[in-house]
Amino acid sequence: MTERDPEPLSNALNTPVVNWQRQDYSRVPFWLYHDPQIYKREQERIFKGPTWNYVGLEAEFPNVGDYRTSLVGETPVIVNRDRDGKMRVMVNRCGHRGALVRREVRGNAKEHICIYHRWCYDLDGTLLGLPFKNGLKGKGGMGADFDMAEHGLQRLHVATRAGVIFASFRADAEPLEDYIGPTIIRHIDRIFGKPIRVLGYQRQRIYGNWKLYLENQRDTYHGSLLHDFQSTFGISRATQTGGVRMDARHRHNLTWAMTGTDDDSEFSHIYKDNKVHDSRLRLLDPTMVKFRREYDDGISLAICGIFPNATIHQISNSLATRQLRTSGPGEFELLWTLFGYQADSEEMTNHRLLQANMVGPAGLISMEDGEAIEITQRAVVGEPDACSVIEMGGRGPIKDLDHRINDMPVRGFWSYYAELMGLEPEGAER
Amino acid sequence: MSLASVRAAAIDLMDEYAERIDEDRLEEWLDLFTEDCSYRIVPRDNVEQNLPVSIMLCTNKNMLRDRIVSLRNANAYNFHYDRHFISNVRVSPAGESVWQVRANYASYQTTLDGQSRLFSIGRYRDKVRMEGNQLLFSEKLVIVDTFSVPTLLATPL
Repeated sequence: MTERDPEPLSNALNTPVVNWQRQDYSRVPFWLYHDPQIYKREQERIFKGPTWNYVGLEAEFPNVGDYRTSLVGETPVIVNRDRDGKMRVMVNRCGHRGALVRREVRGNAKEHICIYHRWCYDLDGTLLGLPFKNGLKGKGGMGADFDMAEHGLQRLHVATRAGVIFASFRADAEPLEDYIGPTIIRHIDRIFGKPIRVLGYQRQRIYGNWKLYLENQRDTYHGSLLHDFQSTFGISRATQTGGVRMDARHRHNLTWAMTGTDDDSEFSHIYKDNKVHDSRLRLLDPTMVKFRREYDDGISLAICGIFPNATIHQISNSLATRQLRTSGPGEFELLWTLFGYQADSEEMTNHRLLQANMVGPAGLISMEDGEAIEITQRAVVGEPDACSVIEMGGRGPIKDLDHRINDMPVRGFWSYYAELMGLEPEGAER
Repeated sequence: MSLASVRAAAIDLMDEYAERIDEDRLEEWLDLFTEDCSYRIVPRDNVEQNLPVSIMLCTNKNMLRDRIVSLRNANAYNFHYDRHFISNVRVSPAGESVWQVRANYASYQTTLDGQSRLFSIGRYRDKVRMEGNQLLFSEKLVIVDTFSVPTLLATPL
């Protein structure tokens, strides 16, 4: 690879110049978290690129006309169930003057009407009508060449798997199943194999770059170090049987672990040897952390990141999706949708509700992520040259590992990111 | 007890509650709850959809103690000072020696370098009970208007 001068101020018309330093993405320049031009390019090439974005669960739309407003990257969209039962996703922007057509968070409707000039759209985005189209008493109105068919809401392509809804701006995106790949498909089918019941939502706004969150999910070894609650009570520790798996293109990842596969003294020794604080906390009421085995495989932790905006997690008996919505280079929101199964007993539902304490903005094993991301965002500001170091689990080829002391999937993320962004170094790992 | 005297005691209890959080006396804050208490922080949006998920849920005082122990020993969160403002306190009878207390709250956070932001705004829908000669919270329900939680939620609201 030829050495190039790092150039943080990229021009929208030209390809930004990124000095990766290495072809295996074991170094990533910090300025990528702050640069507004990079952010703009990400919206175009990633969120509006040949990717599939998570937009909701079919269980949230039981009836024809049920709709929710959501975001793909930063673009507002309407997700609704059409009369034929199919899910539709449209850009929530009036074809007339660009106003939000749907301002509500959710509801049920026969059509979507913009309040500004009352343009009216069908549940598939077709423009149905607009007032004064033919003028009033022979005066005014649209020109004779105005074609309604050209002014509907912009439609996204929609695909679902086991009731999980994805949308893409691009017709040439791979079929959803190919995009996600068999490893992650198995995980989706495992979690969504039975009818679900949405139990509620949590939302969190983090003042950091969205990529820091995707890295956080793909760095499988921070869990037992940053989230001290989790390691102390044996919910997830690196000494348990577990590992990381990726799809063939290394853009998605699945971190998994099994509880009860290590013992307390082994854990205690290893963590002491590594000078990690071991507070030996004991809960006065341990009900919340009990794992009730509900899948045949005995896996107690499975956190799956689907590029670019989704997480599907099983943390003990807490089940949730997380949708990431970007809001400029320095801010993003997470929407956590917590669910159980329709067949759950009341007691099991209550157990899942108790375990909601472990996740979300106040989560006993997740609140630290918000802080870790914000302190990174603050510290790397204005830095034109320095890079983060990503080589836990080794350098070179990006591959699956049967342990969790690695951040291999972070390099996988960057390799696909660079490909979509048109920023791959010569001889790049994929 | 007359409703007026309960109201005065409930306002004192709320003021004490705010002060103990704001002064980071969380272990003493626990003393304001009955042993069979519940403590819930819920997004307003879930309440309006009749959905049961909380942001924080403690169904007894031991769980609440565990939260504080975890906060002190296990969790890492943004360094900050809290400042609560509680207003519009309303009291109504809710059974034998039990009263419902409704109030609004605003909670500001200030960073260690002196920048303040409105962190959370919402309402309390509580039950208080006389134990001995002390009024205590038997139920604390915090319904959060600011349910897109900025950064993270560690210290109690």
